[in-house]
Amino acid sequence: MKAPAFDYAKPASLAAAFDLLERHGDEAKLLAGGQTLMATLNMRLSQPGILVDITGLSGDKSLSGIRLEDGKLVIGALTKHREIERSPLVAEHVPLLAQAVPHVAHIAIRNSGTFGGSIAFADPAAEYPVCAVALDATLVLVSRKGERKVPARQFFKALYETDLKPGELVARAEFPIQAPGYRSVFLELARRHGDYAITGVAAHAKVVGGVLSDVRLAYLGMGGIPMLARRAMAELEGKPYSADTVSAAQGALAGELDPTADLYSTAATKLHLARVLTGRALAALAGGTA
Amino acid sequence: MSTKMQTAIVVNGVTENHAVEPRTHLIDYLRDACGLTGAHAGCEHGVCGACTVRVDGEIVRGCLTLAVQTDGKRIDTIEGLSDSGEIADLQKAFHEHNALQCGFCTPGMLMAAQDLVREMPDANREQIREYISGNYCRCTGYQAIVDAIEEVLVARRKGAKA
Repeated sequence: MKAPAFDYAKPASLAAAFDLLERHGDEAKLLAGGQTLMATLNMRLSQPGILVDITGLSGDKSLSGIRLEDGKLVIGALTKHREIERSPLVAEHVPLLAQAVPHVAHIAIRNSGTFGGSIAFADPAAEYPVCAVALDATLVLVSRKGERKVPARQFFKALYETDLKPGELVARAEFPIQAPGYRSVFLELARRHGDYAITGVAAHAKVVGGVLSDVRLAYLGMGGIPMLARRAMAELEGKPYSADTVSAAQGALAGELDPTADLYSTAATKLHLARVLTGRALAALAGGTA
Repeated sequence: MSTKMQTAIVVNGVTENHAVEPRTHLIDYLRDACGLTGAHAGCEHGVCGACTVRVDGEIVRGCLTLAVQTDGKRIDTIEGLSDSGEIADLQKAFHEHNALQCGFCTPGMLMAAQDLVREMPDANREQIREYISGNYCRCTGYQAIVDAIEEVLVARRKGAKA
């Protein structure tokens, strides 16, 4: 279908963007790459009065670019998926993200869609939110009043619900850089490469002599928000990689993941697939193939 | 409720000046305002890839891009790539391999294929399949499309060495 009618504004500064958001309140929606928003508008899932296109702010360093800063990798909200995919800094310092990006839809979509858009829309099957939660990244939000920092683990509140307040937008994210001895694995299942994920896992741990520590397992498509599997993580903490520890972690998932059936998969199937991916991810972590 | 906005967009090298409603997708702007009907409106929510065109040299979804967002930018469509001869070898290979039947997906498929040939000249069959995963074809089963793209990749590699 075609999108409903709306007005369009492309502010040249953050201050002008805040003016528009204040003036139009609930009627205003932020537009960046538009790869989620336009699809939802085409399906008439919402009918905003005005789109505020913030891509004109890409010259603002607080919202754009990929750089190392104080031992963190900073990714601006307006960074396109394709820039993350091509970034040597991301590949070197946050390999989990580098592995996740190719799963973000298709190339034509990755050329337009932005990092901040994916975070702000908070789709439970999206890739960046689950990476941010697994790695305990920090999100920097900006409003007229200034910036505030929110841990990714507190940002995602419920299905499509985040800590963003009216008049506030995602400015950038700060990812801890991967320390020596750590490994990352991102795995995802979809019916067609790049399609909406059935489930996926972001796995990260320190691996020394086959022993896992500081283990993080976060799942997409397994609940309303990115799901950090704390019980499964605890089952693995300080243990050597073995069939028994993997099995214990897989067993713990039933109690903490909460998948919803869709047209193609029952909740039980999704849980099974999450367990299978967990086994593969842990094997890759321990085997050093990642 | 929405007022039309004046745009100046360079389409296949020619500056097009049209007043468009903000809600107008790039694909409908190209087809209706510019009369370029090569790119197709298929699913209209970013899944099928039939509307693939280039904005400032990069392929995008024409149905997930607003025309007003491309004001001042450079658009290339299948008409431009075809007329310039940029994809003559891909077109010939698609023809020879029967890499199309109804042809609805073909303009988008060729845009994606040309992007692949430029970006990944050493791609193998699996990488070809991954690259065109964003373009649906409901006729061919993809095998012939992969054959055609692979042939062009090999030929262009040979040409680059010669």
